[in-house]
Amino acid sequence: MKITKYSVSGVLIWVISLSGFCSETLRILTWGGYAPASIVQKFEKETGIKVKVTLSNNEEMIAKLRATGGSGFDLAQPSHDRIQSAQQEYQIYQPIELARIQKELFDSAVLEATLKAATLGADLYAVPFIWGTNGLIVHQGKASVVQDYTDLCRPEVSGKVSYRLRRPTLISFAFALGEDPFAAYSDLNHYQGILDKVEKALIQCKQNVKTYWSGADVLLNLMRSGEVVAALGWDTTGWKLHAENKDIIYRVPRSGALGWIDTFALPKRAKNRLAAYRWIQFVMQPAIAAELVNEIGNFVAAKDIPSHPLVASSLKQNFADSFPGDTFKNVRWYPPVPPGFETYEGKVLDRIQVARAS
Amino acid sequence: MNRLLLKWNVGLLALPLLLWIVLLIILPLSDLFISSFQEKVGVGVFEWGLGNYQAFLQEPFYWQTFIRTVLFSIIATMATLGVAFPVAYYIAKVARGRVKSMLFVLCLLPFWVSELVRNYGWMIILRESGLLNHFLMKLNLITQPIEFLYRDATVMMGLIYTSLLFMVVPLVVVLENLDESLLEASDDLGGGRLISLRRIIIPHAMPGIVSGCIMVFMLTLGNYLTATLLGGKESLWFTEHIYNQFMTRWNWELGSAMGFLLLVVSSALVWLGLRMTGQKLNKVMT
Repeated sequence: MKITKYSVSGVLIWVISLSGFCSETLRILTWGGYAPASIVQKFEKETGIKVKVTLSNNEEMIAKLRATGGSGFDLAQPSHDRIQSAQQEYQIYQPIELARIQKELFDSAVLEATLKAATLGADLYAVPFIWGTNGLIVHQGKASVVQDYTDLCRPEVSGKVSYRLRRPTLISFAFALGEDPFAAYSDLNHYQGILDKVEKALIQCKQNVKTYWSGADVLLNLMRSGEVVAALGWDTTGWKLHAENKDIIYRVPRSGALGWIDTFALPKRAKNRLAAYRWIQFVMQPAIAAELVNEIGNFVAAKDIPSHPLVASSLKQNFADSFPGDTFKNVRWYPPVPPGFETYEGKVLDRIQVARAS
Repeated sequence: MNRLLLKWNVGLLALPLLLWIVLLIILPLSDLFISSFQEKVGVGVFEWGLGNYQAFLQEPFYWQTFIRTVLFSIIATMATLGVAFPVAYYIAKVARGRVKSMLFVLCLLPFWVSELVRNYGWMIILRESGLLNHFLMKLNLITQPIEFLYRDATVMMGLIYTSLLFMVVPLVVVLENLDESLLEASDDLGGGRLISLRRIIIPHAMPGIVSGCIMVFMLTLGNYLTATLLGGKESLWFTEHIYNQFMTRWNWELGSAMGFLLLVVSSALVWLGLRMTGQKLNKVMT
């Protein structure tokens, strides 16, 4: 008699705790700022699903999912060019069922670009969330000479420059040096040649660097304090600084800005896929998307968002200032990185890190 | 019957420790050990081999950083000992009562916040637009702000600061046991302060010195935050390479090999240190 009573209550407790743990939380692995508290609250209120946000970046997201075999998170937000290689090497994602998402919510051009970059065989592994560009953030009064990435190495700005020691910097410098690394993706030897050239340039440039920035917050602080007057950075970081100090602007470099798309991807062993689909649907609604744009500063890949009445006019102005006329057409969108290339890039980054400034 | 019960109880009590050792130390380490012998030959294809260790030896920047890290750790350990010894002696032998416990708490105080916060604190003080420069400019000692961050000396200072407590505690413990009549006897027999220090205090404190040095050396060698945050673009710490291999290069195989090399070399150095000072590990660690 006793035993049954205890075991029944035991099973009950087990069931309750299980249901509490599994079905009603959504665990998102994303970038800082992509799931702001206000939006999370609205989502929790509407759906009753609790949201747990873990902040990360492209490389760490993939490393984390690789370590857990694609479990621990229900939704991840890597960039569109990093999906194919990560999936081929480590099988950390599961296909997205496009039928579960309203395609009309998305901007068709960005959606198409993402579908092209994130499809393997017959399976699609990502849909777009947000897009933006990489370029130069420049203090006009103090670093007017900086018109292109390679100008960061000029003596006029010595000791007052910052960039990230990551692959976007390698690609940006390659273009500024007159190469086309994307065209060289099909030919490893040619690509290695370009990397060698970039490595040399970045080692020579090291004496100009104040420090390598690691996250947007670090860069914001460096630019605000005036310790850094020119940097390679994201458009939103530049626009945010411009709002505080009119002298600081986001500049599209002579060799062109680079365009990225951060996506939604389902980790292979996501427990709560339904909640993930609901989140995607939720944030892509025009009104929520507009709110997100105002929070994040980049344009969400929802339909007609750049002209949406709820999007702050200052953002529209920033965009128009940075991309006058039809210059936006010149943005180079990252193509998918071939698997294995990152190992070669990693070696170059290592060598730049250990090189002593000459 | 009773004896059997006792055995079971002991086994049960040891279970958490056993689980800890097996699950958190032995299993992950064997996993690392195995993967350090796997070479990547294609997309998702691996072969057995020594390629990762070869890669470490062939790329000068890997082993140069490694040697640099070891040397820096040794210097940092010696410097910590130099700073901590007078402090520990004062706490153990000179200070009394409330002052004594207050000094001890002062040593402990920085550890009430995490290492990350402590390092950010140093960054706020030392950066070009930071507190120290502000005061130096106010006092007209300098006219141009100086960048104190991102230098080897700054990293060294941060490391000493971080590990001071781990040297002070074992030193205080051994020095407290030092019988003061020995010092008096030395004094009576005409031994000066230096002779007392060299012939009585240091030999007595040796177990504490060695155990403090081992702890500080291991902590410094395996440090990541202080070396990378205060070192900035000039930071060259081996753990940073290991982190990069795992987290940003996805080359876990090379990362494992590097991790193992670090483990082997640090163990060897500790063994060497024990041999040179004639101490036994079990005596030092109790």
